[in-house]
Amino acid sequence: MYLKRLSLVNFKNFSELDVTLSKGINCFVGDNGEGKTNLFDSIYYLSFCKSYFNPADSQNIRHHNDFFVIQGEFSKADQSEKIYCGLKRNHKKQFKRNGNEYQRLAEHIGLIPLVMVSPADAALIVDGSEERRKYINGVISQFDKLYLNNLIRYNKVLLQRNSLLKEFARNKRYDEEALDIWDQQLAELAGYIHNKRSGFINELLPIFQYYYDFIAAGHEKVDLIYQSQGIDTNWLEIIRNARQKDRILQHSTVGIHRDDLKLTLTGYPIKRQGSQGQQKTFLLALKLAQYDFLKTISKIKPMILLDDVFDKLDNRRVTQLIKLVSEEHFGQTFITDKSEQHLAGILAHIPIEHRVFRVNDGYITMIENGDQEN
Amino acid sequence: MNYNQYTSRLLERAVNEFAKLPGIGRKTALRLVLHLLKQPDEDVEIFSHSLTSLKKEIFHCAKCHNISDQEVCSICSNNKRDASLICVVENIRNVMAIEATQQFNGLYHVLGGVISPMDGIGPADLTMDSLVGRVSSEEVKEVILALSATMEGDTTNLFIYRKLGDFDINISTLARGVAIGDELEYTDEITLGRSILHRTPFRSSLNNS
Ligand SMILES: Nc1ncnc2c1ncn2[C@@H]1O[C@H](COP(=O)(O)OP(=O)(O)OP(=O)(O)O)[C@@H](O)[C@H]1O
Ligand SMILES: [Mg+2]
Ligand SMILES: [Zn+2]
Repeated sequence: MYLKRLSLVNFKNFSELDVTLSKGINCFVGDNGEGKTNLFDSIYYLSFCKSYFNPADSQNIRHHNDFFVIQGEFSKADQSEKIYCGLKRNHKKQFKRNGNEYQRLAEHIGLIPLVMVSPADAALIVDGSEERRKYINGVISQFDKLYLNNLIRYNKVLLQRNSLLKEFARNKRYDEEALDIWDQQLAELAGYIHNKRSGFINELLPIFQYYYDFIAAGHEKVDLIYQSQGIDTNWLEIIRNARQKDRILQHSTVGIHRDDLKLTLTGYPIKRQGSQGQQKTFLLALKLAQYDFLKTISKIKPMILLDDVFDKLDNRRVTQLIKLVSEEHFGQTFITDKSEQHLAGILAHIPIEHRVFRVNDGYITMIENGDQEN
Repeated sequence: MNYNQYTSRLLERAVNEFAKLPGIGRKTALRLVLHLLKQPDEDVEIFSHSLTSLKKEIFHCAKCHNISDQEVCSICSNNKRDASLICVVENIRNVMAIEATQQFNGLYHVLGGVISPMDGIGPADLTMDSLVGRVSSEEVKEVILALSATMEGDTTNLFIYRKLGDFDINISTLARGVAIGDELEYTDEITLGRSILHRTPFRSSLNNS
């Protein structure tokens, strides 16, 4: 699967754009604030029906305009797929596949598998555990709808249980029987989710370590450790045991909503001990592992968007990364960089189709065409 | 047009009352009120009387809590119906929906909602005790749980199941699965997965539908 052609009208700082892309590597170079990340965001829209950065759709309309249009022509198993996303201010977002409008956006998700790697991913390392749970949930939900469904149920049960605890406090009462039914549901769902998560981390770990080792080309041992208050079978017991504490605090202190993923480098937390380049490599390896999962499920090579990945990586790691994404295993790739020097030097030694574009204040010009048919 | 400017306080008051009804905006309310104004006096009298007597004279069935003109509703007092079978539903509309299928010949029990602490609804706000009372005093053989397939519905099922656990009765729940007329490839994975797990013997699918 690859994006052949992208057209934009009034999307962020692009008034009009029509660009034909390489099915190999597409490099976008340009100074700060010229529109490289915006361009990636428009591609992200075509896959996920929303922005990677800004949940308020209308703020992505170019200032002083009333609508935006993103159109992509994809080639999927030699079939053309035309995806249209249009937004008029104060109107519903329109999403079409080959001219037919979707009734539900959820139907579209999954058609165009894509992995975005962005500096914003740093939150995974530096922010609280919620970010890491979001990452795990996001990847598992992509291939397991029952997991997603049970996760939503779990969150509802949790809200209800917390409401009940607050009501107990407000009315100075306590009703074990009423709590029982919520505890039982919470425990059952927690057991299921716990099982899935630990299974997933076990599968992810070797892939993640493989990618980290490849890019770092060294002997740094990285690890992902799933941390949870329970094991898959004892949730009811530990939730029950927390009742008195929960009563006092008026919320549920035990459950898979407290899970975390410990990220370590040579046994120490990467957040404190890892250098900036090591952290960047760590995130890259996580995203690449996610890529592998997505590829296995969708049975096609997803697109991968690498925004600002070279920042903070040394030359050796950059070269390793480009080598990696040039391999047969990966599909169409998008990369941004401040200038073309860096990329040109590396691409000169790797036989892969590629194009280099300069991004300049919402306009794009091709400065190198390394496609084979030319 | 500005609907806040009425030339009559009486008109405005009537519009306000109609606009309180679900699904009725001020525009529709005004149209309804103007329509009533044009009708003969007797008709409007009948209309308003039907509303006052509805509220004053209607009963909730002492047994099943369904709406009724007598103390015990026409379903509960119909001796052709199977009193050993109780179908537990959330509200009166659910009774009407199941009655419309003409497939059920037992009695009902209207719970009045489902347990939801977020909405301030606990077991005590529902007719839970009265259900337990019926099961312990009547000749009940089976209780069918017909609540919504939501998390709150399931939780309420669980609560009832525990409450009735000590009685020697069958407790069943509605089958959940692929809807009639649904093409399999368009059925969502969760429903389909559940239908596979809770598949039924083919023989039993032959004669009832
Ligand atoms: N809705 C919008 N309308 C017009 N311009 C916008 C809109 N949203 C963002 N921009 C502009 O887009 C620019 C930022 O573009 P972008 O983030 O793509 O830059 P970049 O090329 O990725 O830069 P960097 O190298 O710093 O990451 C800013 O100048 C911003 O004003
Ligand atoms: Mg950027
Ligand atoms: Zn009755």
